[in-house]
Amino acid sequence: MRTVQAVAWKEIQIYFSNPMAYIVALIFLAVTGFFFVVDLTDPFPEASLSNFFFGATIVLILLAPALTMRLLAEEQKLGTIELLLTSPVRDWEVIVGKYLSSLVFLLAMIGLTFYYPLLLWVFGRPDPGPIYSGYLGLVLYSAAALSIGILTSTLTSNQIIAFVVASGILLLMYFATLGTGGGEGIWSTLVTEIGMRSHFDDFERGVIDTKHIVYFLSVTAFFLFLSIRALESRRWR
Amino acid sequence: MIQVRGLTHYYGPHLAVQDVSFGVKKGEVLGFLGPNGAGKTTTMRIITGFMPPTRGQVTLADFDVVEQSLEVRRRVGYLPETVPLYTEMPVTGYLKYMGTLRGMKSKQIKNRIRDVIDICQLGDYHKTIIGKLSKGFRQRVGIAQAILHEPEVLVLDEPTIGIDPIQVVETRKLIQDLGKQQTVVLSSHILPEVSMICSRVLIIHQGRIVAEDTPQNLALSLQGVEQLQVEVGGPPAEVLPVLRRVPGVNEVTHRPQQNRELYTIRFQRGKDLRDEISRSIVSNGWSLLSLQAVGMSLEDIFLRLTTHEEL
Repeated sequence: MRTVQAVAWKEIQIYFSNPMAYIVALIFLAVTGFFFVVDLTDPFPEASLSNFFFGATIVLILLAPALTMRLLAEEQKLGTIELLLTSPVRDWEVIVGKYLSSLVFLLAMIGLTFYYPLLLWVFGRPDPGPIYSGYLGLVLYSAAALSIGILTSTLTSNQIIAFVVASGILLLMYFATLGTGGGEGIWSTLVTEIGMRSHFDDFERGVIDTKHIVYFLSVTAFFLFLSIRALESRRWR
Repeated sequence: MIQVRGLTHYYGPHLAVQDVSFGVKKGEVLGFLGPNGAGKTTTMRIITGFMPPTRGQVTLADFDVVEQSLEVRRRVGYLPETVPLYTEMPVTGYLKYMGTLRGMKSKQIKNRIRDVIDICQLGDYHKTIIGKLSKGFRQRVGIAQAILHEPEVLVLDEPTIGIDPIQVVETRKLIQDLGKQQTVVLSSHILPEVSMICSRVLIIHQGRIVAEDTPQNLALSLQGVEQLQVEVGGPPAEVLPVLRRVPGVNEVTHRPQQNRELYTIRFQRGKDLRDEISRSIVSNGWSLLSLQAVGMSLEDIFLRLTTHEEL
């Protein structure tokens, strides 16, 4: 556990001293701020954050991989992976440590958006339920998105490839539901259930369904598991 | 301390190391000498547990590098060929991180960092961001992380490559000092360097060990000595003195290899002792299983080595 902490802490320090991470945070705030304001310019503005949540999930398709792409790809490029893998550190400790660091930074980014609901409370009377559940959904969604980024970063020493592939996977998973064309049958159901959007809707509406929580946690666990396996495979590849 | 048996490694279809066997005793400083691409780095990566061998077994302090990798890694300090540094971290921050990864207590880390900064003469730079250090200093930081946790075995891959002559001298002195307490395995393609630091040298070429000796004997072979490798079916205790008694023979060493009794015979160049040697073996009632000259190939390899320093 101490090793996980050490790995995570080192990466967190690098995040907070790295211009890239601040650029990501800046874009995140700018885009989500825009989506937040769109609601308010309506002739009959609604004191809700649903547009913000929608915008946040969309923009994270690009920004989550941007946060994670460095984490393992750079170690492989610089050769520091050799040091890491010859230290008495288990592979899962490396992956989990790195993953937690990206999660902490993303949570800090989400934390910066708390002034949106604050503004709603100052100027209106929003329904708190969908705001709480929406934030819960956003955190779960972010956790899953970052785990996908960790996997692609483990698989390559090229950060650009890690970024593009992770964004691609996220994009596919996000919009998978559209691909069913509203059809019926086992395949449509399957694709809809894999798609992230269909699991996020309820959170936006203020519904906390265990099914969706389990979905996001499973996706996260699945991709972290694959990442650990991918790192292990470096030893015999 | 280290036992390597029948080590073979392929990178895809490409054979990097072929049936390499050797041992390193505690407190020994062993040098891998060989031209670039000989298989030195591959062997070291396998010893340090970075990757498993295709075939063969490697144990370090009686722990298998594949099965008990974690135990092995706890006991090894490793300096890879390209010094692995996190360039955005300061020297002490980096060392602290490496110490934590090796499971050291934070108090112990603090004390040890002070020590290694002293040993590696990094005093004035301990707060500098690593990315701003010169190559020689980066090398020292690399050595500092390798010795930080006082490992039983130190593996150094080309520790003096790419640094300026004065720093080369200092680095060698440092390694010599470290070799007094620790088991050291280092690789190099510079002959004088290895003779200076190491108590024993393995010459590795195209993935095979072609010679194994003390630096002094290797220097002898450079001065026009030829080698024969003979395999004899007979008791080593009796074979050795007989071979030594053959007129013209300088030295005989016994090297058992997988149930095969191999002897390396050295003699002055220009003579052909094959006749006398085979006759003395057969006349004692032993069987002569193979006889081959290894001197020539050794010479070729030496030609490819850097036998002098480019200062």
